[in-house]
Amino acid sequence: MLGEGILKGLAETARNFLGSYVSKDRLTTVQFPEERLPHIEAARSFPFLVYDGEDWQQGMRCVSCLICEKECPPKCIFIEKSKDKKPDAIGKPQFYPVAFNIDVSVCMSCQICVEVCPFDAIKMDIEFELSTNDRFGGLLWNKERLAKPNTYYGEIHPTEAAAVDAQLAEERAKLEAKAKLAAEAKAATVAAPPAQPLRETSEPTEGSGA
Amino acid sequence: MPEMVDQIFVICKHWLLGFAPAGVQPIFSALLSVVPVLVVFPLLFAITTVLERKGLGRIQNRYGPNRVGPCGFFQPIADAIKSLAKEDVVPDTADRVAHFLAPLLLVAAAFLAYAVLPIGRNMVVANLNAGVLFFFAVGSMVELAVFMAGWASRSKYSLLGAMRAIAQMISYEVPLVLASVVVIMAAGSLSTVAIVNAQASYTGIWPHWFVFTPWGFAGFVLFMIAATAESNRSPFDLPEGESEIIAGYYIEYSGFKFALFFLGEYLGMFATSGMAITLFLGGWAAPFSFLTWIPSYVWFFAKLLTLIAGFIWIRGTLPRLRMDQLMNFAWKFMLPMTLLNIFTAGVWHFTPAGYARWLVCVALVVAPFLLLSRGLQQEKKYGMRSYRFAE
Repeated sequence: MLGEGILKGLAETARNFLGSYVSKDRLTTVQFPEERLPHIEAARSFPFLVYDGEDWQQGMRCVSCLICEKECPPKCIFIEKSKDKKPDAIGKPQFYPVAFNIDVSVCMSCQICVEVCPFDAIKMDIEFELSTNDRFGGLLWNKERLAKPNTYYGEIHPTEAAAVDAQLAEERAKLEAKAKLAAEAKAATVAAPPAQPLRETSEPTEGSGA
Repeated sequence: MPEMVDQIFVICKHWLLGFAPAGVQPIFSALLSVVPVLVVFPLLFAITTVLERKGLGRIQNRYGPNRVGPCGFFQPIADAIKSLAKEDVVPDTADRVAHFLAPLLLVAAAFLAYAVLPIGRNMVVANLNAGVLFFFAVGSMVELAVFMAGWASRSKYSLLGAMRAIAQMISYEVPLVLASVVVIMAAGSLSTVAIVNAQASYTGIWPHWFVFTPWGFAGFVLFMIAATAESNRSPFDLPEGESEIIAGYYIEYSGFKFALFFLGEYLGMFATSGMAITLFLGGWAAPFSFLTWIPSYVWFFAKLLTLIAGFIWIRGTLPRLRMDQLMNFAWKFMLPMTLLNIFTAGVWHFTPAGYARWLVCVALVVAPFLLLSRGLQQEKKYGMRSYRFAE
């Protein structure tokens, strides 16, 4: 009969209307600024630069290899490579970015920079409340704004960070073992002090092996 | 005392009128009647928008607006400020005069309709002896405004929306008027005040509303369906159809002109609801004889809000019709039903009161309803589509 379906529909919407006042389970809305969902581990917003240790300038993993800058599809990364080398977190002399800027108004959060980085130096952040009233300076993030500790990375992406840390530790252990072997061999032949040549020999292996 | 409260606005008006010099009294009297209408109904519009959004939200298991003010009830103020602050964009190729006039005409036409609505006992702006006729005449001005808007914007979507609106409004104007003819027959007058007075008596505790007769009930339902279509509300919101022609005839409007379209649309809805109350639901009359101590205007607005709630409920439930469904429904169902309803009202009028009259009249309403709805439901069997040239 005509109108039967309409009445059924009206009953259904009436049930929804009244039910939403009775049972809170019906209301799926998360009222955002006050209520927040726990963040999803796979979430990502914009990249940040990982540093080890306490000092962000010394501990920065980025060695300014410029791969991410070249790979970035929308070309939102600007890196200025240093002329000199500075010791990094473990005291090894490395090139470092004099300037590392990401224009987040251009960034499309594709994560390609993260995929290509051989040093696990750039990772995706989850922070998303980023509005600013300065649309030029406020959206061009510099090295200082981008630098975040490895512990923060461990907090926001625990599984991923654990895997990265394990891999890095393994590589470091391998290198140390290799260096030890080389040093022992050298010590056996020339009997030279082991500290200084160790770093020189290990440097090319790390670059090619990663 | 209840009479005093009931007539408080009328007494106030006469008291204020006493201060005016005799020369300007007619104009002053008109102003005193018109200004409250111009204030109350836009306010009702503001309240309705927020209630509608909250109601629709609840129907869809959401909260609805709850940020501005207590429980979100200051939302219309925020909306008004926003639309006032917005840039008023007029398309380069638009007909500027018509583009400017269309929203004004729409709102003016919607307001004019309130002139004949009896809001309470002795509370009507103009007691015309052809009030119902005036109401429908003014109501059809809305179509002109809508087409002006669509045409003046010089946009495909506007024009499509306006064409749809014209087709729909003219098609549903016919059943709207025919559905109200039964009441005019029963009351023997075109004056809205006389129609309400005809319903304002009681048998025992029960009122003599026209909706409590077979032809009155059918007329009321048909009138409300046609009123929904006339005010372009869901499920008859094809002229606006956000998902197909974006916003129809008012797509090229922004800022406060856009808000005026909304205002006009809602005012039209209130006016037709008010007319339905006047014609079928006893106007300002109380639903039971023992409730007559409650002021008449309270009853009018209570009924109005109930009908608005019904509109919101329908909007939250039904999907939009297709154009052919809309037209089929108007011409193959509404029109025959209203015409037969006039016949039923005639039968009711000329047969003596009793159970036999009820039986005959109910049969006269139900039988055509069943037959016509069966006719509507016959689905056309489409075969596999064949192509002459493509294969």
